[in-house]
Amino acid sequence: MPVERVDPDLVEFDLRSDEMLINMGPQHPSTHGVLRLVLRTDGEVVSDLTPNIGYLHRCAEKIGENLSPRQFVPYADRLDYLAGMNMDLGWSMAVEKLLGFVPSERLRHLRVLVCELDRIASHLVAAGCYGLDLGSFTPFVWCFRERERILLLFEELCGARLTYSYITPGGVTSDLPKGWLKNCEKFLAEFEPVIDELHATLTSNSIFIHRTANIGVLSPEMAVDYGCTGPVLRGSGVDWDLRRDGEPVYTRMYEGYKFEVIAQVKGKYPEDLPYPAVPREAVLGDCWHRFYVRMLEVVQSMKLIRQAMEKYSQTKEVLAEPIKLRQKLTVGTAYLETEAPKGQTGFMLISDGSPVPWRVRIRSSSFCNLSVSAELCRGCLIADVPAVIGSLDIVLGEIDR
Amino acid sequence: MAQALINILDHWGLHGLAQQGWLWYLVVGLVQVALILALVMTCVAVYTWMERKISGRIQDRLGPTRVGGRFGWLQPAADGLKLLCKEDLVPAAADGLLFRAAPYLTFCAAFIPYLALPFAPGWVVQPMDTAAFFILAIGGLEVFGVILAGYASGSKWSLYGAMREAAQVVSFEIPLGMCVVVPVLMAGTMNLTEIAQQQAGWLTSWNLVNPFALVTFFIYMVCATAGTNRAPFDLPEAESELVAGFMTEYSGFRWSMFFMAEYSAMFLLALLGALLFCGGWNGPIPVATMLWLTPEYGDIAAFAGNFLGMCSLITKGVLGVIFMMWLRWTLPRLRIDQVMTTCLKYCVPLASIMLVGTMVSIFVLRGGLSHPIKPVEMPAKQNQRTGRDCKLKIREGHASPLLLRRPMVCGKIFWQSRGTGFQPVEFDTGKMPVPRWRPSARKSSHTRPQSSNFQFSIFNSQFSIFSLSREGAC
Repeated sequence: MPVERVDPDLVEFDLRSDEMLINMGPQHPSTHGVLRLVLRTDGEVVSDLTPNIGYLHRCAEKIGENLSPRQFVPYADRLDYLAGMNMDLGWSMAVEKLLGFVPSERLRHLRVLVCELDRIASHLVAAGCYGLDLGSFTPFVWCFRERERILLLFEELCGARLTYSYITPGGVTSDLPKGWLKNCEKFLAEFEPVIDELHATLTSNSIFIHRTANIGVLSPEMAVDYGCTGPVLRGSGVDWDLRRDGEPVYTRMYEGYKFEVIAQVKGKYPEDLPYPAVPREAVLGDCWHRFYVRMLEVVQSMKLIRQAMEKYSQTKEVLAEPIKLRQKLTVGTAYLETEAPKGQTGFMLISDGSPVPWRVRIRSSSFCNLSVSAELCRGCLIADVPAVIGSLDIVLGEIDR
Repeated sequence: MAQALINILDHWGLHGLAQQGWLWYLVVGLVQVALILALVMTCVAVYTWMERKISGRIQDRLGPTRVGGRFGWLQPAADGLKLLCKEDLVPAAADGLLFRAAPYLTFCAAFIPYLALPFAPGWVVQPMDTAAFFILAIGGLEVFGVILAGYASGSKWSLYGAMREAAQVVSFEIPLGMCVVVPVLMAGTMNLTEIAQQQAGWLTSWNLVNPFALVTFFIYMVCATAGTNRAPFDLPEAESELVAGFMTEYSGFRWSMFFMAEYSAMFLLALLGALLFCGGWNGPIPVATMLWLTPEYGDIAAFAGNFLGMCSLITKGVLGVIFMMWLRWTLPRLRIDQVMTTCLKYCVPLASIMLVGTMVSIFVLRGGLSHPIKPVEMPAKQNQRTGRDCKLKIREGHASPLLLRRPMVCGKIFWQSRGTGFQPVEFDTGKMPVPRWRPSARKSSHTRPQSSNFQFSIFNSQFSIFSLSREGAC
């Protein structure tokens, strides 16, 4: 009879008498989807945490090996369904890198415009849900109210609210509709004061600071070791953003744009707006800083959108058609990481010359960011677990792929 | 009302029943409980609707709009109906009996204190000299139901909720009790009716104008919010951490019992706060007195005055509840250690300082031991039929300073500057210190048959339907 192999982390056989093994998820309200965390607790103190994933596994990579790149676009934006535009962009640019395609000026600015808009939407969900994880309902609804306006803009743009399939290899499905830029400008103007409201109810709220400051401190070394990217990495004070430091294929898109990478360098955040000050309790790399980085990135994205709108309106060309549905791919391998809202998302294609890639591989930012949660949660209280997990801003669709 | 009931019984040919002391007692008791339950349940229903409307407005939403016209005011009924129709689940791992009993325990603990809560002079189900104590004591039992629910559910999350509740409520009972003692000290009685009566008059005669009481009131509101598990202290049911805490395994009607208990407890503590600190049924302006709605002008006037007072008290209670709702929809939740810090490091020391400060101020401002105590002029009690019974005199130097009414100087000044409408009444401790709980010491003018050998004698107070008692306020 074969001995049943069991994971000692998941079985209650080595517990001490006052320890308890509890299951947080996959149906828990604050695990952001179908994440399952197995907590080993002693009273309220969490001595160990094991994330269990795979409840949303949809064989995205395998599907990519059976479809042509353009057909895979709808699957790409279901990876991180909160930032579909950025997923589409990552996939499209990886394909374009393989094909050696260089986007036109108008296309470049259009992509910056929609991707940064989607970054705001994603960060709004992150900020709102983080408030919810800490028990504050109202900012959540405010964030979703503003996000709704972005979704309406996207709906007007491509007919979809979350899974856009808008950016495709070689272009976009259609140019901006008439009057869209005006609506976008109106949104930005009305969104600006809401950021202050969010800072008031969350960032500088005393209870919020006490719940997040000095909780889940991620040192820069550990962040790099675990492969953390995006706001999680920058929240630890690592000045790294692919939009500035990435491959030329990607950074060419942001050429001529003025923006700051939000990270605390030498004890200071880049200052160009009156942000709330960093509280005394906060330690670099804690939950508060990760949240703060996202809030500041929203402002940077707004700056980028304004620039993109201006640059876009100056171009007069007609957008070219995207690549054909069954266009043959160049033989070779291409790997490209882009700066998605949640971190660096990489797509790899290996092509044997047929229209369908031979191998597709997706590097998920949330996956790496989640992997650090066990380190961060060791020794914290149960109430801190949602605070830490929420500050990592994971999305399970991207983790499980 | 008692006479009306007797008439009804006579009409049905059941006159004999009225002669049976215990039966009469039971009937009157049931009617009173039904009345108070109806009032409180209506308020709870309105609160659930209000909570949703207020949260909607805060969050830039509309809240319920569909059921019952434009403002969705029928939403509580729809919710209740839905909850009644839900499947009644008892988890396999649960301890069936305790699991079923827990919601009722919590519900009862949240509703029984209303029996001792006066809504207007004499409008109280069970007048008690120790009403403040009784309310705190019975209200504190609520934690048993929650712990039982968490323990009996057979779920780890529920157990966490129960343990948090135990830790939180037991610690916050201490500062809450201290806060209640401050106005009790100022009034010299635990009788809520008398405490409220002493604040009669203009806004300036409320306990709240006293700086000590003002600070105490804020501590009281914090403790009340924590004691009723409302945000930011809603740890036992913290949905982002413990799913739903002790209520995780409950569904349908049993769940709604917890729900109603929560709102009922909120209202209770808001009302208690209003009685102790905010003048009770006395509005900021003595409208009832200005409109001659006092007992001197007849029963109808007294009734109208009492009704006005009740409206005033309930308004204050509702404002208190709205304050708690406002907090809930604004603030994030504290962590368990921070809740304990709030209680033990801030609330308890502050409440202690206020307690000691009140005692000292009473002592010092009254002149201390070296000065004879001057008689204090007191406003007439509004519920007094004759004014005869409440003429009390404090003999110089005999009564303890703590027993004096309205000890604070500011209060004294305001009485003297007060306008018409109040008859100065002397105090006579000859009557006051007589232990009221000794039945031989009280005049028997009650309507209850003397032959009754069945007495609810927890506090041996007069059992009366609203203000039928001639014994005065209590």
